[in-house]
Amino acid sequence: MSASTDKTVTLPAEPPLVTGNLGFHDITQLVSYHTEKRPPSVWYMTMAVSSTLLCVLMLMIAYLVWNGVGVWGNNNPVGWGWPIVNFVFWVGIGHAGTLISAILFLFRQQWRTAINRSAEAMTLFAVICALLFPTIHVGRVWVIYWTLPLPNQMEMWPQFKSPLLWDVFAVSVYFMVSLIFWYVGLVPDLATLRDRARNAFRRRILGFFSLGWTGANRHWRNYEKTYLLLAALATPLVLSVHSVVSFDFAVSIIPGWHTTIFPPYFVAGAIFSGFAMVMTLLILARKIYGIQNIITMDHLEKMAIIILLTGTMVGFAYITEFFIAWYSQVEYEQYAFLNRATGPYAWAYWTMMSCNLLFPQFFWIKRLRRSIPFLFLTSIIVNIGMWFERFVITVTSLHRDFLPSSWDYFNPTIVDILTFAGSFGLFMTLFLIFLRYLPMVAMAEVKMVLPQSDPHYYDKHESEHEAN
Amino acid sequence: MPQIFPRKSNTLPHLSLGGMLGSGVIMVFLVWYYFSPEYTDVGYAPEQPVPYSHRVHVDQLGLDCRYCHNFVEVADVSNVPATETCMNCHEIVLPQSTDLAPVRASWAENSSIPWVKVHQLPDYAKFSHAVHVNNGVGCETCHGRINQMEVVQLVEPLSMGWCLECHREPENYLRPNEEITTMGYIHSEGFLENNLNRIKQEGIRPPTNCSACHY
Repeated sequence: MSASTDKTVTLPAEPPLVTGNLGFHDITQLVSYHTEKRPPSVWYMTMAVSSTLLCVLMLMIAYLVWNGVGVWGNNNPVGWGWPIVNFVFWVGIGHAGTLISAILFLFRQQWRTAINRSAEAMTLFAVICALLFPTIHVGRVWVIYWTLPLPNQMEMWPQFKSPLLWDVFAVSVYFMVSLIFWYVGLVPDLATLRDRARNAFRRRILGFFSLGWTGANRHWRNYEKTYLLLAALATPLVLSVHSVVSFDFAVSIIPGWHTTIFPPYFVAGAIFSGFAMVMTLLILARKIYGIQNIITMDHLEKMAIIILLTGTMVGFAYITEFFIAWYSQVEYEQYAFLNRATGPYAWAYWTMMSCNLLFPQFFWIKRLRRSIPFLFLTSIIVNIGMWFERFVITVTSLHRDFLPSSWDYFNPTIVDILTFAGSFGLFMTLFLIFLRYLPMVAMAEVKMVLPQSDPHYYDKHESEHEAN
Repeated sequence: MPQIFPRKSNTLPHLSLGGMLGSGVIMVFLVWYYFSPEYTDVGYAPEQPVPYSHRVHVDQLGLDCRYCHNFVEVADVSNVPATETCMNCHEIVLPQSTDLAPVRASWAENSSIPWVKVHQLPDYAKFSHAVHVNNGVGCETCHGRINQMEVVQLVEPLSMGWCLECHREPENYLRPNEEITTMGYIHSEGFLENNLNRIKQEGIRPPTNCSACHY
């Protein structure tokens, strides 16, 4: 067949998922090693900072519980201040993990294996931070169990018509399913660590959590089936949790909140911010722990593309909101949006617009998608933008309500600021503990995508086999 | 490789599953029983600054509740009597009693006696005494046999569920308006029918919606 009649198009070959020609044992060694030795000095420095911030958080919570929510900047029209902004911010971040582990798994996106473990861990920790804020925002923390439908003699029963209650269930179910999913994925790797453990205590602890895993064929069959089922169960949750969070706003009748676009727009924003946070953490972790061969430049580039995609979707939603406000001909709706872009919070609005819609557009350029400093910068900027998105939605919609005499400007107090900073302390402390004690990469899964896992690999690489 | 755990540890998954279910049920029971006002509040009988005995005043002397709590029929709050109300009698009766020293001091200094509140409702629950006593809810129904108490104590849980019991079926509790302050009242024969008629005629419709009390 001559070249001129050949119609087949050859796609450029996918770059290998693991670089550096690593073998099975190299992966085990590269990842397990970090749970077995003293962590690098950077770990200690970061831990010092984040545990200090965690202490600040606890002090702030104690101060809040003692004095009541008056210590925050929440005022009369702005009843939902920073705590709700922070809640939505953290829940949003907690979306990347399950997206990576469940949806990308079902779509057979094998590049997820390098990042899913740490992304899921990050998800869990972000959801813990998220759950904290509504809990302390209720004011009477000690009766938070009223949100649960527990039979009681007071005949207190939750209001099932309220999206705030749906939230309680949506977020806590999401947390539990993510936790189970993460743990199931961890079992084979914990068994690997157990088998490498040198002292009896470590072996017993890891042995307990690896549930008697021996790597038998039956174990793998059950594991794969469970993992697939859990992925199918978690997939709708990725979409439902932030939809329900958006109902907190959309079900109300406040102009600026009462829109049907909220659920998809919130979900896109959540994935956007979650990927940005994964990127921030992994750019640092891969460098410090020297796992650039497992989390490669191509992984980062794929994440950058998702950030570009979801950022553009979010930006499209921002513009749609304006269009609908004009198209609806509802005076109040129009005012709410004009006020966002030109009113006293215009600075926040334009920060949001430039961070979320404009900045990720640089990712159309391949060179920037593969530049570590630029990726790192963007990941930070995206999360700043997404915090401002929640701030804009929450505060600008409330600060000028239906009664002009009660219009007010929202100013955060020092307690607001320190509580938010402290939540990063909680998040980072948990993440650092994870890096220290658990395999940060799903070793068993990465081994499945190695070229060596192809049964015919050694047909072509016989010399290598002998060398090994 | 030697086994890390003995064979009997294989029962652990089943045990923990059972334990989780069991502890869930126990948790619900603990909240249901111990977190309820019936457990935490009933029987509250704080020591008062003056050892005032309702038994003596009501049962032995036959004072009507409204002699001291005189705004109960017109106000939301049933007032604790002013010192002057006490002194109406105690200027003449037992003027030297040491037990009454705080009352005389209060009268002389024009200051309040720091009575301790026994029947406390949360700030977010609004309650009107007037509405209740003018529509057939007796003092005794909520406060119990005050006429037998040396020290006033809480006898009903005052919880929302308890309020709703009556709001949903008032015919079980209402009494004629002339018997409002009667202690130890016994319902007459056929009171259910009488109450149902009265509820119909007078249009007594106790609300059960949230904003009836929470506004």
